[in-house]
Amino acid sequence: MSIQRLASLLLVAALCCFVVAPALGDDVLTVYSGRNESLIGPILAQFTEDTGIETEILYGGTSAVANQILTEGENSPADVFIAQDGGALGALAAADMLHKLPAATIARVANEAFVSPAGVWTGLSGRARVFVYSPESLDEHGLELPNSIHDLTGEAWRGLVGWAPANASFVSNVTAMRVLLGEEETAAWLADMIANGVQAYPKNTPIVQATIDGEVVGGLVNHYYLFRFLAEDPDITATLHFFPAGDLGSLINVAGAAILKSTDQPYDALALVDYLLSDTAQAYFAQTTYEYPLVASVEPSVDLPALADIETPEIDLSDLADLQGTLTLIEESGALD
Amino acid sequence: MQLADAIRPRLRINGHHHRVLARWQVGNRQMAQAASLAVVAVVMIPIAYLVLGAVSAGQEGIDYLIRARTLRIVGNSISLMTAATLLATLIAVPFAWLTSRSDLPWRRAWLALGLAAMVIPSYLTAVTYTEAFGPKGILQSLLEPFGVDRLPPIKGFAGATLTLTVVTFPYIVLPVRAALLHCDRSLEEAGQSLGLNRWGVFRQIILPQLRPALSAGMLMTALYCLSDFGAVAVMHFNAFTRAIFIQTESYRMDKASVLALLLVGMTLVLLLLHSRMQIRGRHYRVGVGASRHLEMLPLGRWKAPALIFCASIVFLGVVIPLLVLFKWLLGHTLTNPIQVPLNLLIHNTVGVSAVSALVVTLAAFPLALLAARGATRFNRWLVNVAYAGNVLPGIVIALALVMFATQNMLSIYQTLPLLIIGYAIRYLPFSIGATESAFAQINPRYEEAARSLGLSPWAALARITVPLARGGILAGLALVFLNVMKELPTTLILRPIGFRTFATRIWSAYDEAFLSSVALPGLALILVSAFALAIILRREEAIS
Repeated sequence: MSIQRLASLLLVAALCCFVVAPALGDDVLTVYSGRNESLIGPILAQFTEDTGIETEILYGGTSAVANQILTEGENSPADVFIAQDGGALGALAAADMLHKLPAATIARVANEAFVSPAGVWTGLSGRARVFVYSPESLDEHGLELPNSIHDLTGEAWRGLVGWAPANASFVSNVTAMRVLLGEEETAAWLADMIANGVQAYPKNTPIVQATIDGEVVGGLVNHYYLFRFLAEDPDITATLHFFPAGDLGSLINVAGAAILKSTDQPYDALALVDYLLSDTAQAYFAQTTYEYPLVASVEPSVDLPALADIETPEIDLSDLADLQGTLTLIEESGALD
Repeated sequence: MQLADAIRPRLRINGHHHRVLARWQVGNRQMAQAASLAVVAVVMIPIAYLVLGAVSAGQEGIDYLIRARTLRIVGNSISLMTAATLLATLIAVPFAWLTSRSDLPWRRAWLALGLAAMVIPSYLTAVTYTEAFGPKGILQSLLEPFGVDRLPPIKGFAGATLTLTVVTFPYIVLPVRAALLHCDRSLEEAGQSLGLNRWGVFRQIILPQLRPALSAGMLMTALYCLSDFGAVAVMHFNAFTRAIFIQTESYRMDKASVLALLLVGMTLVLLLLHSRMQIRGRHYRVGVGASRHLEMLPLGRWKAPALIFCASIVFLGVVIPLLVLFKWLLGHTLTNPIQVPLNLLIHNTVGVSAVSALVVTLAAFPLALLAARGATRFNRWLVNVAYAGNVLPGIVIALALVMFATQNMLSIYQTLPLLIIGYAIRYLPFSIGATESAFAQINPRYEEAARSLGLSPWAALARITVPLARGGILAGLALVFLNVMKELPTTLILRPIGFRTFATRIWSAYDEAFLSSVALPGLALILVSAFALAIILRREEAIS
């Protein structure tokens, strides 16, 4: 009897599923987001609420989503691409897939280092690469704070460092290494890190969690993830270390957005990009995700060194476009194994 | 043994010759053949695109194939499969024996709790193990007073092997237990009277009778290990499925296809080896006399160790995952800013699983009919191709369907129909197996009698055959439902934009360390799966 009941239940559920399945209209703005939903989802929902423009959002890793757009080409359903780093935007710009943005949009960003030189993508928020660490674990293992990411390949750090080798922020950091140090030295650093037992995590948040739990002493992350943890538990002692003297470990990068050339809704797409540069959205980035706002009228909310005071390596963000080359290098290094 | 029949992996090189019905109407057969052809054509899509994808890689593909890194992936997959299968066998055989032939207290409860490990998907078991056995995990905190301030990392080979052992051992317990229950007690008595002790009886009399069941269960486990994505992904162990996923995510379809073809090739070799090694001896009773009823062997002083053994298995398979999930649910973890209502997840997961189960059952029907009633060479070939899902891991099907949709059918890219096709190809064998064995148990004379009383061929099918086979068909349906609900890689890759299920929610929440967002969908998924499995197992009991 219960099997019959199950069958009828299944049938009803099946019908519901198709009847209630969301009708997909053409007027829905399709956003491909390489940023985590937990970071960008709330403000995109706010955008729909404020403007009435419906969105459907595909979430994935920035590199994966950029590759997906490159593969889909002209056929891509995406209207807007939101990326976790400038390099992926540069890769699409290099493939000539991005729409030029109006000067008024670009002009909202205070520092022109954070927009595309050709005006085809704009930064939305800034972040620094940092070393998150737990002072207790540092003492426990008798370690000193590293002056450079090259220090982390030393024997003292064996098995005690975390990284997220598939994550876009890390990928663009490696691209910067390739640009500044060359292929060989970059490959050697990756190999040395792996040989030194670096612990791999899927994304930045689990690295911070592992640091708090004492699973690793510290890890290479973006600066803002720790503040989420601190907001919920002020007793957490883990803290940030900015690598000094322009070390590659302190690269400043941006999350950004671009409009695809193949879009069929350029006006709605532009409305979204402008919205993300509005004071409302910039305040959201500052106060909720703890990033650096990029417009002059909004201040960062947490106690952080000013963007201009961070000794970041001298590099042009649009030079970080060789996504495929870096992905191959990381793969060949064995970091993903 | 419907369930064991249905999950038994087959490469039907020497298909069974079922009785070919002279009077089975030509019209019926042609209809069934046409429908089967349509289904098989869909099943062929991923195979064709996989070959095309790999061929398009050309010389670069060949170079990629023979690199040391690729060979290491092969080595990783083989060692993981071997270790997990052997370990699973080592715990499954005593567990099956204890729960079927000994006087172990609460046998049925131990069995049910042991099999419950099947309802927890591998990725969920794996994520809870990283918490329980990690360097600073729960186990470490218990060992802290003894001076253990750090455990070696669980991620890697150890974690993947542990996870797969625990989630696959029920697939060996089921057939072995069934075989133990059907063992002929009089053989054992004869052995005893000829001077064998208990161990001798087990080794020389019981074990040989278990061989077919054991080899089927071990093959099932080995195939599971090769095709599983969740455990190796969470445990960062670079087996095939994880390597294919990484390439697919980067849209390097040619490399992904090369790896996928290699994996499919390995699976085929495994099945061929297995069919070669099949022992062709007889395992059934011959001669007259009733087969003696089973007696439960007293455990005596082994009772306590046996209880500890069963408790440890249940503890590893079910208690630890549940404990960790409850810890995450109730404890303090990072708040996920994206809240998804549970009822939406239930609606999507149950909805897509139910539709897929119905689609698979309907698609399997003509094929099962051909297999049971129309065994010609061509029909056997059709049915064999439909069993392709057994050698195509979910990640491989998803990869091939992405290539198909993006190159030739953009209109179904990122839609529910494509996702359901992916599930259907993967789980078609389950449904064909269950439906076919139900048909095979029905004496064709019933249909002949109905025909002679004036029913049309279709009416005979609808009013006689299907109602009689109902139980088997529904068992297959529930089995597909259960598996689709837990499925991860196909869902991740083929789902429509914004479509969330329990599996995808758990996956993305774990990625970002939103552990309470892992816990609630995880517990809900376990609950719904347990309900489906209970229905399947209850039917099982009713039959035996």
